[in-house]
Amino acid sequence: MAATDSELRASSKTLLVARTPGKPANLEQIVRWLLLFAGGIMMVAPIAFMISTSLKWPHEIYNLALIPDEPHLENYTYVLEDGRFYAWFINSMIIATITTVSNVLFDSLVGYTLCKFRFPGRYIVFIAILSTLMIPTEMLVIPWYLMSQAFGWLDSYWGIMFPGLMTAFGTFLMKQFFETVPDDFIEAARIDGLNELQIWWTVAMPLVRPALAALAIFVFLGNWTAFIWPLIVTNSTEMYTLPVGLSSFSDEADVQWELIMTGAAISTIPTLIVFLIFQRFIIRGVVMAGLKG
Amino acid sequence: MYRSLSVRQKQIVWAWAFLAIPVVFYAVIRFYPTFNAMVISFQDWNLLGDRAWAGWKNYDKLWNDPVFWKVFKNTFVYLLIGTPVSLVVSFAIAYHLDKLRFMHGFLRMLYFLPFMTSAVAMAWVWRWFYQPVPIGLFNNFLAATGIPQIEFLRSTSFALPAILAPAVWAGLGFQVIIFMAGLRAIPRSYYEAARIDGVSNWTVLFEITIPLLKPTIVFIVVFSSIGFLRIFDHVFNMTTGDPGGPLNSTKPLVLMIYQSAFTDFNMGYAAAQTVVLFLILLIVSLVQLRILRDR
Repeated sequence: MAATDSELRASSKTLLVARTPGKPANLEQIVRWLLLFAGGIMMVAPIAFMISTSLKWPHEIYNLALIPDEPHLENYTYVLEDGRFYAWFINSMIIATITTVSNVLFDSLVGYTLCKFRFPGRYIVFIAILSTLMIPTEMLVIPWYLMSQAFGWLDSYWGIMFPGLMTAFGTFLMKQFFETVPDDFIEAARIDGLNELQIWWTVAMPLVRPALAALAIFVFLGNWTAFIWPLIVTNSTEMYTLPVGLSSFSDEADVQWELIMTGAAISTIPTLIVFLIFQRFIIRGVVMAGLKG
Repeated sequence: MYRSLSVRQKQIVWAWAFLAIPVVFYAVIRFYPTFNAMVISFQDWNLLGDRAWAGWKNYDKLWNDPVFWKVFKNTFVYLLIGTPVSLVVSFAIAYHLDKLRFMHGFLRMLYFLPFMTSAVAMAWVWRWFYQPVPIGLFNNFLAATGIPQIEFLRSTSFALPAILAPAVWAGLGFQVIIFMAGLRAIPRSYYEAARIDGVSNWTVLFEITIPLLKPTIVFIVVFSSIGFLRIFDHVFNMTTGDPGGPLNSTKPLVLMIYQSAFTDFNMGYAAAQTVVLFLILLIVSLVQLRILRDR
């Protein structure tokens, strides 16, 4: 599937190609492959069961077969027509999108400034932003809540979004990548008469596109799945994000499992699709973030 | 006026123009709340009434609160089981996956997919797996093999591992990818030299691979420890109705913070707990960095 010839050849340029040269398969390799395949199937089983159950009728959920007898999409129509999930989906989409745009712009602007400019206070700003990496979000939620209460931000998009509009992690990731942009390019653009904003946007930004894409995916995923802060700051059902909405069906006794699984699938499938499309990008992004971030 | 500035002065102006909004953001949304949390931890405040200075009262109360010590223990149990298990399992997967070429990308995808899921959605899926017999997958399996049923999420001994499992599961793919990148970075000449010397696979693993992977291991240990010490989403969503599980058997520190602040509205007490969490994270990270670097 993913390992076509052309892909193997293409990925051989990256760090992530399999190292073993193409020697004939031996027993050890076959056993290794089978075990890893079995493990991989177990890894995706919860996702597969979730999707399978979302396609079943209520009377079928006691049948644990992975392939439903009569697969159908009624659960999805039902859940989305109910309106709540639809609203939560839209809320999550809006919040994750705006936060992502904000992070891509501000994190890269700050990273670029710290990387390419020499100015008094540079070191202090650098250390100050770096030090925020050590502060856990949980320590900040109480002051954020009080702040939101004082300014009337509770139960609003702005209230959900404001803590995540910039991140120190993204700033450092981008700073690392701007190191790879040669100073000569920037100097040449200056001589051509571009101002600093134009240089950042038209010269430097296009050169770090892969890093921007990785950052965008991480920020989107992080905000799409964010739970504790949206849980605290929202209180009306219409303002919930998908995770908070899903969590609100807390009473297990009268849970309709096929509907819950449909809701869970609605909140999972978009990120899975993003992953399947941008797989190589995302995996390279994880490596970049892990090793450089 | 701007035109009369030197090139260097213009750069300073631009730099601060670029940083103006972010500096305000970090000051107001990160630094002020950090100090605010510390200040509130010395106050007695229920959100409605007046704030009163309480000195060390909140910390004193915490020290003498049996629930806190239970929670403290749970938090470290999550860390002490979660981190080693996910480290060893993800290394084993990465080590073997690195040696395979056939459908390599497909296998890698299978292991990575759970990382892209939302904890709340997957908490529901695992909760469903853990249900009693007609519904739950695991208990159906146990029934089929004749082993007695386990009330996973309602038992004081099984609930914590039952909640930890999806947390480990979701993070495994990330660690596998990091480990594989670390393995790739080891120069092949080391392995070739070892092969010429006729060294066994185990020796290669313990004498070459693992020592050279030390930076990767340090990163994964610190990163996953922080994650397990801050566990919340899975616990909150797998034990709702009874958050924290039977007799607080699954309650981690972040859940206690949440309940003190937003169920009991005891802001000072909750803030004191967040300061303790901050100190725990700081100490654990520094100790790990020290130990793992020196060795």
